[in-house]
Amino acid sequence: MKRPEPVQVVKQRRDATLDKLVSRVPYIQFLGINFDRRGDELTAILPYADKLIGNPALPAIHGGVTAAFLEVTAIIELSWSMIWQDMEAGKLADDADMTLKLPKTIDFTVDYLRSGLPRDAYARARINRSGRRYASVHVEAWQDNRSRLFAQGTGHFLMPQRDG
Amino acid sequence: MTDIQKTRRDMIARQFIEAIPHAQELGMRLTTVEDGKAVIAMDYDTRLVGDPETGVIHGGAVSALMDTCAGAAVMSHPEAAVATATLDLRIDYMRPATPGDQITATAECYHVTRSVAFVRATAVDADADRPVATATGAFTIERAKS
Repeated sequence: MKRPEPVQVVKQRRDATLDKLVSRVPYIQFLGINFDRRGDELTAILPYADKLIGNPALPAIHGGVTAAFLEVTAIIELSWSMIWQDMEAGKLADDADMTLKLPKTIDFTVDYLRSGLPRDAYARARINRSGRRYASVHVEAWQDNRSRLFAQGTGHFLMPQRDG
Repeated sequence: MTDIQKTRRDMIARQFIEAIPHAQELGMRLTTVEDGKAVIAMDYDTRLVGDPETGVIHGGAVSALMDTCAGAAVMSHPEAAVATATLDLRIDYMRPATPGDQITATAECYHVTRSVAFVRATAVDADADRPVATATGAFTIERAKS
């Protein structure tokens, strides 16, 4: 029987794949979003920055930033789940994910539950339905308390056609 | 509406966008504002690219433009609010915006109650006949304490 791969090799491969996925999108870098990974679970982190403010009087994070943060989280979660099996099987060539096509947003709805405070924000996405062509994803975002969401969103996405 | 009211409303709407750090960061320009309608333009910017293969702007940046434009439409409504916040916003993406094109959003606040404003918005690129995205949203209306 084949010996399991050393844990560091597995972790390194997963982190490198995730990093490639995220770092090649300029807008994700512009907003400063990064991802924390525990196994296959991703948490998106939006570190606070003054340029994200939409209401300087409160102050509060811009509603558009919140929408973008949720949408980015959904797209990365979908892409990540799409490549997970190939990645784990070692079928993902070193440069294969560089040409990976991202899902396209069909529609996205955001509920603003509380104003976004000038703090770091976190988000996790749940794929409710993922078919060959369409996917439906729900995203929750919070700041200081996991149980007190400041926004949630649902979106539909067109999945890229994968060859082979 | 008197000239004074009109001037006040225009001023509020313009200050509204000028005072928003994120709108400034994205280079948004308020081009028209009148009675519950607002038009905001945003130049193409490589920092906002969402698809590195095609150079298409990320949907999130279009959302930020639509949200700002919808908010400006609420602020410019004759039943002037002193502040507003988004309750919900739904965006439908019709097609990718052409890389290099300016994106222009037009928002109309079509109904207002004591505490809620209903808005719809459309975003176009250089080909103004085929919308890039449309949006509908509900916004809070915060009134001056009387």
